[in-house]
Amino acid sequence: MLDPNQTPDANDSWNSPTEWLRGEGEANDVVLSSRARLARNIAGCPFVPRASRVDRVRSLDAARAAIMAGPLAPQMLWLNLHEAKILDRQILVERHLISKQLSKGRAGQGTGATEDPRGVAVSADERLSIMVNEEDHLRIQSIRSGLALAAAYREVDEADDAMERSLRLAFSPRFGYLTACPTNVGTGLRMSVMLHLPGLRLTGDIERVKRAAADMNLAVRGFYGEGSEAVGDLYQISNQTTLGRTEAAIIASLETEILPRVIEYERLSRRELTSRRRLGLEDQVWRAFGVLSSARLLTTEEAMQCLSLLRLGVLTGVIGPELCDVSRVHQMMLLVHPAHLQRALGVSLDQEQRRAARAGLVRGRLASRT
Amino acid sequence: MKCDQCDNEATVHEVTITNGIKGERHLCERCATAVQPVSLPIAQALKQVVETHARAAMKPGACPACGLTFAEFKQHGLLGCPDCYAAFESSLAPLLERAHEGGVAHTGKRPQHAGEVPNDPKPESAVLERLERLQRIRRELELAIKAEQYERAAKLRDELRTFGVESGGSDAGGQRQGHANE
Repeated sequence: MLDPNQTPDANDSWNSPTEWLRGEGEANDVVLSSRARLARNIAGCPFVPRASRVDRVRSLDAARAAIMAGPLAPQMLWLNLHEAKILDRQILVERHLISKQLSKGRAGQGTGATEDPRGVAVSADERLSIMVNEEDHLRIQSIRSGLALAAAYREVDEADDAMERSLRLAFSPRFGYLTACPTNVGTGLRMSVMLHLPGLRLTGDIERVKRAAADMNLAVRGFYGEGSEAVGDLYQISNQTTLGRTEAAIIASLETEILPRVIEYERLSRRELTSRRRLGLEDQVWRAFGVLSSARLLTTEEAMQCLSLLRLGVLTGVIGPELCDVSRVHQMMLLVHPAHLQRALGVSLDQEQRRAARAGLVRGRLASRT
Repeated sequence: MKCDQCDNEATVHEVTITNGIKGERHLCERCATAVQPVSLPIAQALKQVVETHARAAMKPGACPACGLTFAEFKQHGLLGCPDCYAAFESSLAPLLERAHEGGVAHTGKRPQHAGEVPNDPKPESAVLERLERLQRIRRELELAIKAEQYERAAKLRDELRTFGVESGGSDAGGQRQGHANE
């Protein structure tokens, strides 16, 4: 958990579980986390991708003042990302508190640079984060463990109200909240869930779910959003349209139409695997366990893929509690990522060294209770 | 250097070339303002710069606030500033309709400065509250089933039915329809 009184690079604060891997809330066997994100811009300022350095400094200052001198201030920690170390920025990406795009300083379509003025405010409980000068001046997001879309929306809605007390937001009665990319215009709301769907992948039904979601105009993406692969059987499902539907309608259609079905299909796949295809499931899970407990070199992708199967094994009872539990799997899912790995070990490592260090760390974590 | 016209220090230096003949003038600020031709070339240059920029901004289809053209927008997919929406309104509208599956106009939250919609300013909160309540009951139901508290689970299922929602507990057959229409 982040401590506002600690410097952002204090080692301990990054070792605790982060919201998206807390493993609590409704349907947490399938839904890792729910996220609400509002895109907002300051009226009278050019959008970030077309803004000069002076404009970016102005919007950064205005947004920081609205957050850190407003009602949100007591719970928020501010970080200037153009001054932050690469490792700290990566840690924030791995904890899902900022986007890769903001970490690199690319304000949409590859424009911008790492020294461009930008920042983030993160709440102490790591649920709320407000990115400043991403593609839009403000990206307000809230993450909740498990299926909790309405709760996540309520938090960003309140943060938006708080920001509005000192900022005039760009809004048109016809098009709603105005955003740099017209695909976000209107409510500016993107609701998404991070799902763990190893059962559907193993039974081969994942493509059907993807097609069904696409038919309902929902986007199915990989681990890190747009254009990323589904590392570790982790998929994000989110609404694609933001204009012409109210916030509540967007949330309700995800929560009552598509998600209950996807969750149910995944649970059915897991039941099918544990009953009729038990040996095949056990083989997959134990092979993954074998790799994790004996490999000497591991990439992030391979580690995540094996941890996905280990999680499935724990949830289906193939792996007993004496060997591993879900919270330990979640801990490892975070620690195998490059920045967390280096932070946990307290050393800076190149890619090759990280593969060895990652394998060592996972072996150690798995062996510590046997 | 002294001013050509008085004894003050010259601060304005003008070099002109007229028909291949170079001419020089050195004036103090006061004399320079009095003699218009000295400041004219600068004013002209400035005017030219301003006009060029104005023309760029006034290119057909360009946003008057930031100068972005619709062609540039189509190339990158990003607008330049909030005013672009008004500047490109007629060209954007069909694109937005396609991107948002028929959505043409905003409905939902409004900032305070935009004024409130007549009637209920927050008509959505009731729907959200209902969703949150549903979620709490479903979560409790999950926990009750896990803890094998079947009596409590049955009660919660009944409660869900009053919402017009099927429980969809871990034994449900995958049919999850029939939530009340609002």
